[in-house]
Amino acid sequence: MVRVKTLLTSVALVSLAASSTAIAQDRSVNVYNWSDYIDEEILADFTKETGIEITYDVFDSNEILETKLLAGKTGYDVVVPTGTFLARQIQAGVFQKLDKSKLDNLKNMDPAISERLEKYDPGNEYAINYMWGTTGIGYNVDKVKEILGEDYTVDSWDMIFNPEIAGKLKDCGIYMLDAPTEIIPASLNYLGMDPDSKKPEDIEKAQELVLSIRPNIRKFHSSEYINALANGDICVAVGWSGDVLQARDRAAEADAGVTVEYAIPKEGALMWFDNMAIPADAENVDEAHEFLNYIMRPDVMAKASNYVYYANGNAASKPMLAEDVIGDPAIYPSEETVQRLYTVSPNDQRTDRVYTRAWTKVVTGQ
Amino acid sequence: MGNFFKRVTIGLPYLWLCLLFLLPFLIVLRVSFSEPVLAMPPFAPQFDLSEGWQAFTDAVSRFTLYNFQFVLEDSLYTNAYLSSLRIALISTFLTLVIGFPLAYGMSRAPMTIRPMLLMLVILPFWTSFLIRVYAWIGILKPEGLMNQFLMGAGIISTPLRIYNTEIAVYIGIVYSYLPFMVLPIYATLEKMDYSYVEAARDLGCSALGAFWKITARLALPGVLAGCFLVFIPAIGEFVIPELLGGSRTLMIGKTLWSEFFNNRDWPVASTVAIILLAILVVPIVLFQNAQARAAEAGR
Repeated sequence: MVRVKTLLTSVALVSLAASSTAIAQDRSVNVYNWSDYIDEEILADFTKETGIEITYDVFDSNEILETKLLAGKTGYDVVVPTGTFLARQIQAGVFQKLDKSKLDNLKNMDPAISERLEKYDPGNEYAINYMWGTTGIGYNVDKVKEILGEDYTVDSWDMIFNPEIAGKLKDCGIYMLDAPTEIIPASLNYLGMDPDSKKPEDIEKAQELVLSIRPNIRKFHSSEYINALANGDICVAVGWSGDVLQARDRAAEADAGVTVEYAIPKEGALMWFDNMAIPADAENVDEAHEFLNYIMRPDVMAKASNYVYYANGNAASKPMLAEDVIGDPAIYPSEETVQRLYTVSPNDQRTDRVYTRAWTKVVTGQ
Repeated sequence: MGNFFKRVTIGLPYLWLCLLFLLPFLIVLRVSFSEPVLAMPPFAPQFDLSEGWQAFTDAVSRFTLYNFQFVLEDSLYTNAYLSSLRIALISTFLTLVIGFPLAYGMSRAPMTIRPMLLMLVILPFWTSFLIRVYAWIGILKPEGLMNQFLMGAGIISTPLRIYNTEIAVYIGIVYSYLPFMVLPIYATLEKMDYSYVEAARDLGCSALGAFWKITARLALPGVLAGCFLVFIPAIGEFVIPELLGGSRTLMIGKTLWSEFFNNRDWPVASTVAIILLAILVVPIVLFQNAQARAAEAGR
């Protein structure tokens, strides 16, 4: 009997010990961010400093993130939607309001960027800006010169939307983002119309423009162009600023004679904001706030920007940015260029259907 | 006791079907009758049974057939169905052309090496499907293995553009589904009594004639089973056209994806799925009938 009792006690003790260590280690946070969008050291440092384990997953389209969020119970505690998607998701009740008392690093944020973000998140109640950037043209410097002549400067959407010029680049390869919410505003802007227009007849004109240059596009894809540009497989890609700059760096590292550059076209380009928010059904709310607060630390944010080549919404991090980040007009455009950037508002269901239908027509020819 | 056991063995497959087929089907069917809204989940009415009978009748009265009308009216969906049908039919045919000789060869091989041959057919399943399809990107892309080999051998001078075309989709489907064609045909051919063919030859039938009149006829149930096992998953295939196909490869799987992800329109996505199921049920029923008839004839 005694033996049984000892056995039971020791079992109880062991399980107690196990559960207490479990509690100590159990602090975790599940983050769902864009692919190639952070310096992984930041994640390791966060765990080292706070003892919170991170599960870090990645996606490459807002649509995938949104569908998961709308289905609910994603299991993620921090997600990173772009502004237009964020606005709609806030309306759908996907997110919880941030507890600003837990976010003392909010003071580091750039008021100018926070103000722009209010278009999507009035009062900045649900999200903090992570990175922002532009949608422009990435190109292979030597090949474009070879085809279009030494004197050609890449500074215009003509390269994509003018069939005469795009036709010459066709065989060398043009990639385009597979994202109607990026390309349709760019087309409208090129046509001299309001890039934020929701009128079906305007969207149809944009569709006609893209259809007219469709034969020149090799592929519609939202992440493959990084490698394709870096390897020299293609000449031109309509892509996100930082992604193109990552391609530029990979090309330089590979040292195989490929030079990649990024241009913000003079006609204007889309300015977008990727923001961190906490889903309403998140399980690790405290840890999520701790993660956001950690990310808003100037040194952390600078480290992230120095790695991914995107501008951030953190004013205090600016002195810590590398010279080739803060000094690069492709990342931090001049005031004059910023004037030419436009933003778009979220689409309602009906406009989205018109957008997607137009896009399907463009991509599949149906 | 024996009776109880019998009931359990019969009941289990039905329970399985109800849980994993009928129930999900009913959920999808319900969503297809609703409307999209901006909420979690993004459709209404929710049809929440916990809210009592009133909520139930209320939800039923709000059901709409609009989505079915919408899908049937836009040529996009019809074209996507037809294009999927075409790709699935051609792939099934190609798989049969490659799979039958393989299965025939296996069944005529010496008894001792048959298990090894069978193993070779099954072996690819030990690697993840996704990785095997990805591997084809490495083989087919312009600077990939195949082009390197053909150009190195001096057969072609410019790389063949197969990756991101419909041909790549056929290659992917035929490769992935070949075992599903080979195994059922092999199973019927292996059981076949070869003395029938010998008798036909003794009675003056040509080798080809004997093959066509005896072997091919007796293998028919296996061929049918193989064709359906390839055709049915191929028509709804999403991964292979997404990874290997080009932007112009229109298949219903991709259309469904864009309804779901780009339009956030779960009701229309569900409607597309229900119609696809209806298209599939017809061949499945035909197949069942053929099987039943074959079993009858065999008796």
